[in-house]
Amino acid sequence: MNALLEIKDLKTWLDSSGGTVRAIDGISLELARGETFAIVGESGCGKSMTALSLLRLLPEAGQVVGGSVLLGGEDLLRLPEAAMRGVRGRRIAMIFQEPATSLNPVLTVGMQIAEVLQRHTALRGEAARKRMLELLDAVGIPDPGRRLDEYSFQLSGGLKQRVMIAVALAAGPDLLIADEPTTALDVTIQAQVLELLRELQRRKGMAILLITHDLGVVAQMAHKVAVMYAGQIIEVAAREQFFRAPLHPYSRKLFQALPGSERRGGDLAVIRGQVPPLTTEFRGCRFAERCDSAWERCHAEAPELTAASDAHLVRCHLYQQTEGEGKRAEQTLPGAARVHAESDIGDSSQSGAALLSIRELKVHFSIRKGLLKRTVGQVKAVDGMSFDIASGRTLALVGESGCGKTTAGKAILQLIRPSAGTVRFEGRELTRLRGRALRERRADFQLIFQDPYASLNPRMRVADILAEGMKALVLADTPAQRAARMDRMLAQVGLNAEAKRRYPHEFSGGQRQRIAIARALAVSPKLIVCDEPTSALDVSVQAQILNLLKQLQRDFGLAYLFITHNIAVVEYLAHEVAVMYLGRIVERGTVDEVLRTPRHPYTQALLSAVPTLDQAGERRIIRLKGELPSPANPPSGCHFHPRCPQAMAECKLKYPDAVRLGGSHEVSCLLYAAS
Amino acid sequence: MPILPVILWTDALVYLLVATVAGFVWYVRRHEHLRAPWWRVAQTPAAMSALVVLTVFILIGLLDSLHFRLALPAAPAPQADRAASRDVAYAVEVKSALDLLLSPIADKPERTYSAPLATHAYAKETVESQDVDGKPGKQVRAYPRLRYGGAHLQDPQRDWRADVLLSAFRGMALALPLWLLLSLVLVAACTPAERVASRDFWHAVWRGKTVVPWRAILITLALLLLVAVPMALLAARYHVLGTDKVGLDVLYQSLKSVRTALVIGTLTTLVMLPFSVLLGIMAGYLRGLVDDLIQYFYTTLNSIPAVLLIAAAVLALQVYIETHPDLFPTAAQRADFRLLWLCIILGITSWTGLCRLLRAEALKLRELEYVQAAQAFGVSEWRIMLRHILPNVMHIVLISVVMDFSGLVLAEAVLSYVGVGVDPSMISFGTMINAARLEMGREPMVWWSLASAFVFMLALVLAANLFADAVRDAFDPRVRVGGRKLRFAVGR
Repeated sequence: MNALLEIKDLKTWLDSSGGTVRAIDGISLELARGETFAIVGESGCGKSMTALSLLRLLPEAGQVVGGSVLLGGEDLLRLPEAAMRGVRGRRIAMIFQEPATSLNPVLTVGMQIAEVLQRHTALRGEAARKRMLELLDAVGIPDPGRRLDEYSFQLSGGLKQRVMIAVALAAGPDLLIADEPTTALDVTIQAQVLELLRELQRRKGMAILLITHDLGVVAQMAHKVAVMYAGQIIEVAAREQFFRAPLHPYSRKLFQALPGSERRGGDLAVIRGQVPPLTTEFRGCRFAERCDSAWERCHAEAPELTAASDAHLVRCHLYQQTEGEGKRAEQTLPGAARVHAESDIGDSSQSGAALLSIRELKVHFSIRKGLLKRTVGQVKAVDGMSFDIASGRTLALVGESGCGKTTAGKAILQLIRPSAGTVRFEGRELTRLRGRALRERRADFQLIFQDPYASLNPRMRVADILAEGMKALVLADTPAQRAARMDRMLAQVGLNAEAKRRYPHEFSGGQRQRIAIARALAVSPKLIVCDEPTSALDVSVQAQILNLLKQLQRDFGLAYLFITHNIAVVEYLAHEVAVMYLGRIVERGTVDEVLRTPRHPYTQALLSAVPTLDQAGERRIIRLKGELPSPANPPSGCHFHPRCPQAMAECKLKYPDAVRLGGSHEVSCLLYAAS
Repeated sequence: MPILPVILWTDALVYLLVATVAGFVWYVRRHEHLRAPWWRVAQTPAAMSALVVLTVFILIGLLDSLHFRLALPAAPAPQADRAASRDVAYAVEVKSALDLLLSPIADKPERTYSAPLATHAYAKETVESQDVDGKPGKQVRAYPRLRYGGAHLQDPQRDWRADVLLSAFRGMALALPLWLLLSLVLVAACTPAERVASRDFWHAVWRGKTVVPWRAILITLALLLLVAVPMALLAARYHVLGTDKVGLDVLYQSLKSVRTALVIGTLTTLVMLPFSVLLGIMAGYLRGLVDDLIQYFYTTLNSIPAVLLIAAAVLALQVYIETHPDLFPTAAQRADFRLLWLCIILGITSWTGLCRLLRAEALKLRELEYVQAAQAFGVSEWRIMLRHILPNVMHIVLISVVMDFSGLVLAEAVLSYVGVGVDPSMISFGTMINAARLEMGREPMVWWSLASAFVFMLALVLAANLFADAVRDAFDPRVRVGGRKLRFAVGR
């Protein structure tokens, strides 16, 4: 095979105050022309460092200390810096995770593309402009002539990422490194970008090194997959092989930790412990401490990357047939796709009296302008929502970013005062409560946030963080009572009581999220609004938190309003689903009703865009035109009609009323109004 | 009791400041997350050298803040006035501990200008030459001998050079044992005893490998002592830095100026901190009308030329002092009152910058999720500002306080030069520079007042700036100095 890129035993070390971090500890891989090679792994395993090492763009503290990177037979690590500049952008291009920060805000789109053209090609003036228009057209940007002279703030997230891709493609590189190219994007936009990358690859035959943590994206995109763990590649296989039968215990656990409908009722598999710090000198297998099937040899001897079957490499003693213990693999490992079939979803499906009942909730923000701050418009963040949640149940609020789901959550908690509508909690109206009366009710409804790093005050110890709510709500009177309660809560979320004396920065992301949950639990709430509580976490940690949330619901009969964009989590955890689009609920019902038989065209498009582990090809992605309109100026009639593939003339005239389709399934769409 | 303690306004505030700093140190030591950045400061060689210099200045300033009035020697009183004589009479003049310490040089006034280390006056005067018999002779124009400077020399022409050099060398020789002693005490006070006793530790100090940069600290200390000790010895017999127009020793003036500079640099911040912290956080956190009011307030205040405002305030104050002489029994109290108001007015004109920074930071912090979590618990807004916002903006406050210090010291000099600074009777760098305005214009030029003020101020401000830089690097999350150079061997 004629490999375009060949990495041999690459080692990158970083110098840190805690010692030398072996961020990449001997990885080797080969990448052919026209091939997509995906590197999968959880945060901190060295994926991004690999990309930066290839381009020699390491941070100052980092250095490649060994190995070689051959691009078309030429060792990049030996090139002088001046020659390396000719490689970057010309032969290897890179796109980054955050499109908002990878474009320079003071340069127009055209200037940023021209920069690459000037450096790497002979195109100037009119010829360069023509090439730029071609590029923008190739990445599917409508009206390229106008966009060329626009600045990045005038573009939406999806367009920015397209521009980034256009910049990367400007000089026609052989290899494109895509570092989490769609992580910051919504699923419908993600589907567009992934399809664009696939199509560009087909047309130009370039190789793509795709770095991601999302197995769904890998399943859609990759030809070959490598799993990284703690600075090493632990498994390499073709996509079909990998998804059919992952071999390494870590890869298997990753699959089992993925939430989804087939795991409802059961707990998700968790990988105990944490990734070991890369400053340690490893003697045995790096995964041994967390592995269920580890034995003495795993702790004593580091496994090599060996072929378990044809072209399927794995770094695990289970598959090394040297000492007559090769059959262990079959004995100790359960089937990778073991499914928890039992279902306890059914038994809790009785809908009691509504704990929380919301009618026609509206949150409008005034747009003020001028010296006198006159109101010149309204951002209708939430524009008439109604739903109920019974205790012990979970309602998932699903939608793309900017649809108003977080605002709705805050309005329910009275952190933002609603503009209209009613929020009844146990029959008591909350929107009219003020001051003391509201404060007394606050113990009943609490909040868990997305980012466990921003949700804990870095200057307070865990004990103070947990005590804050109890003190403010005067729940436990004496310090001794409070301390006892804190210990109980920490035990409940699986933390040591000793954690009380420490500061948040001493904990990992998952542990911090547990502390945040304990903080909410400490005031014994009846309803918890979970605002994307797992989207900042790795898959294995997400599994731990989802298990915990589920268990707490069983133990305390908590109701959850689960705000998320992750459909798999919804399938696993929720009882009911409400799909939001531009401040309104377009469809709601039980999980089965909405996710199995989606009726609203938006729900259908949203669900089809979610990358799944099923092999691509048989699914048809419904491509939506354009992006979410601004809630300050929503389209007339049905908000979705400009993007709707099934829009009719009447859709422009009037917002459709909710239609009940049997059971609890309701949809707001004119397609169903007649029936 | 032979002395009557006098606590001037600024003294009280200085004591308060010392107590606050002590409390802060105690608090920081108990909180690991606060200790960590200070520990980073303690590892910076430049900062620690600067700290040694600053400490010397601060000690001088503190000594100069212990004020009292000396008892006058009891007049021989007749029997009848026994009762009256039990009331000891005190001198009108307020002295400080530093004055007592410096009395050997402060109480030797010459008639007028004399150059550094001079034995004769700087200008010719008409003197009567004396004959051998002691009869008055004719009048001649000559450089007269100084009253105190080099008065012990028989023949200045012959002995002066040898005497000065000998004193200087004796001082340097004395500095060495003093340095060894101080070093031992200092290191022993900061390091565990068993480490100090070990040879490895001193070896590491010598090679500059200790975590706390002891080598830099000790070298700075040595340099300071090498300059200070010879100067102290020489100062007993000469005016090391010369004398000014009224014959006052310039070294004494320079040392006295230190307190004025420190008071202006620190108390001003103390005055402005409550304004900027409270208003800045309130504006950023509460938003809405409060934000508008506070913003309009500081924008307006900022638009008034600061020098104009200060001049107006100081001149108005001067009138007040002069019309209420009964409130200020001594000249020192009068001067001190003016200094205090100068601090306040400087504070009022300079709080807006920090306020703006804090408002922006509070705007950012209020959207953070831990603040929202506290809101969801119904925690009161004051409590949120106190517990969640304030601790998270303290690094900005600290950075701006240390950065502002040197600017304020320089501002005092400028204001006094313009004539709206401290009281003319109060010794400060500004008044020294102001006096130099005339001195630089005369022929032959009198340069030493200005030069001394310049050197002392430079040392103080440079040390403060170096220290402030290190503090900023340690505290500002945005100024993360890139990783240290790689230490491990690179093998291909």
